Amino acid sequence: MEGRAEDLPGPGGRGAERAAARRRRDRRGVTIAAVSTVVVLGGLAALVLTSSGWPDVRDTFFSWSVFKSSFPEVLGGFWLDVKLFLIIEMAVLALGLVVALVRTSRPAAMFPLRIIAAVYTDVFRGVPTILLVYLIGFGIPALGYFDNESVFVDPLVLGGIALALSYGAYVAEVYRAGVNSVPPGQRDAALAVGLTETQAVRHVILPQAVRRVGPPLLNDFIALQKDVALVSILGPQEAFRIAQIEQASDFNYTPLLAAALLYLAVTLPLARVLDRWDRGQSGRAV
Amino acid sequence: MSEPVLEVRGVTKSFGDREVLRGIDLSVAEHESVALIGASGSGKSTLLRCVDLLEDIDDGDILLDGEVITDPSVDPVAVRRRFGLVFQAFNLFPHLNVLENVELGIVRAHGVESQEAGTTARAILARFGLEGRESDRPSELSGGQQQRVAIARAFATRPRAMLLDEVTSALDPELVGEVLGAVRELKAEGVTMLLATHEMSFAREVADRVGFLHEGRLIEVGTAEQVLGSPKQAPTQRFLRRLLEAGRL
Repeated sequence: MEGRAEDLPGPGGRGAERAAARRRRDRRGVTIAAVSTVVVLGGLAALVLTSSGWPDVRDTFFSWSVFKSSFPEVLGGFWLDVKLFLIIEMAVLALGLVVALVRTSRPAAMFPLRIIAAVYTDVFRGVPTILLVYLIGFGIPALGYFDNESVFVDPLVLGGIALALSYGAYVAEVYRAGVNSVPPGQRDAALAVGLTETQAVRHVILPQAVRRVGPPLLNDFIALQKDVALVSILGPQEAFRIAQIEQASDFNYTPLLAAALLYLAVTLPLARVLDRWDRGQSGRAV
Repeated sequence: MSEPVLEVRGVTKSFGDREVLRGIDLSVAEHESVALIGASGSGKSTLLRCVDLLEDIDDGDILLDGEVITDPSVDPVAVRRRFGLVFQAFNLFPHLNVLENVELGIVRAHGVESQEAGTTARAILARFGLEGRESDRPSELSGGQQQRVAIARAFATRPRAMLLDEVTSALDPELVGEVLGAVRELKAEGVTMLLATHEMSFAREVADRVGFLHEGRLIEVGTAEQVLGSPKQAPTQRFLRRLLEAGRL
């Protein structure tokens, strides 16, 4: 052992050597990442740009002049998307929470409601959202209960209801997963300090559940933000619909690209918020 | 002798086919502290949870100040407000800071106005050596500090009896002492206590009486001297001999 000890360099020498090796390794990693990115993206770009049909594709999808002329109209329609999204999202959050609380409730008297809530989530998650939009948007006015002045024949309202029902089912499941992920000891402790079941949910379980499900909730926000375009099926001229009309007028698809860019302008920042949230959460001990 | 604060009469409890408590009789007098000892799974924690009505018992009665609390007509919330239960795993509320952990029950369960509750909570935290940690999150505290917060939280509303469920079992050895100190403090104040513990020397020190639980039965109850010093029952003797061999006695 004593012989080996003499082989070791003095304090500090070894540390500097290790740091240098680490730096070399990091540099190599960055170089490999950069080169492979250029090769893959460059290869894909070359494949598209050298294809025989590229000039046509460029003119029908990426026409700058069409983009410029259609963008203001599409943008005008997009405000409707944003407004709808915000209102529907509120309804979804409220509906999802109520359904989740019913499904996770314990009293025997709640049993019928638990069944209804379970059937609701199963059915509305299982049915394609587009079908719900058709069914509610065209079906309810067709029942003939409401005259033409009623809000229940307004396509914006009906489309909003359809989307809220569909996303409410997803969000209810997200909340429920959050409630179930709170350790049972938390409920025990809440009851032990003398809270009622309702107070335990309100002050101890829900606050922790909501914190845990932030990222998946935001994920559903992003999905809803895009699906608002489905309301256009019922007639309202939101961004996607306007883009379609523009596209149909001169067989150029660029307006749809303009609409896509607008959706991205909202979803990308949301996605980054989500990433940051994830990082913040995982950095914490609990 | 005056009426016991807590009385357990013939209590049985099963989880599915597994009988966890098989007829427990036990009483705890005013200012008395009773320690429950026994192997893991002998029913100590279950008994404490049954007393705090976190579990429904199958048969028997539990009385608090002479009133049957296990009757279906009794509101369990009101009963729990008269006990202070401390858990092995602390179970502090991670989304609240230390002060809020203590205040929550005072305000929401006991209807104390929030400023007064704050004063009470600060005072009790200070008594357990947690001054200056009021705005920390539980995750920022050591295990010993967390458990002292949990004791403060349970004791803040001056319960009729404290129920302590292996309060040192989840702690690193060097942190056990500070939590035992907090329990000693309760004892010195004459708080009525029922506690489950693995710490025999501690049971000897703070418990007026010790009960040995074996497979859901309380087979031996007496002073700490009797039960730990000269146990009469064979299972108690075996249990203590094993602890002795493990150097835990």
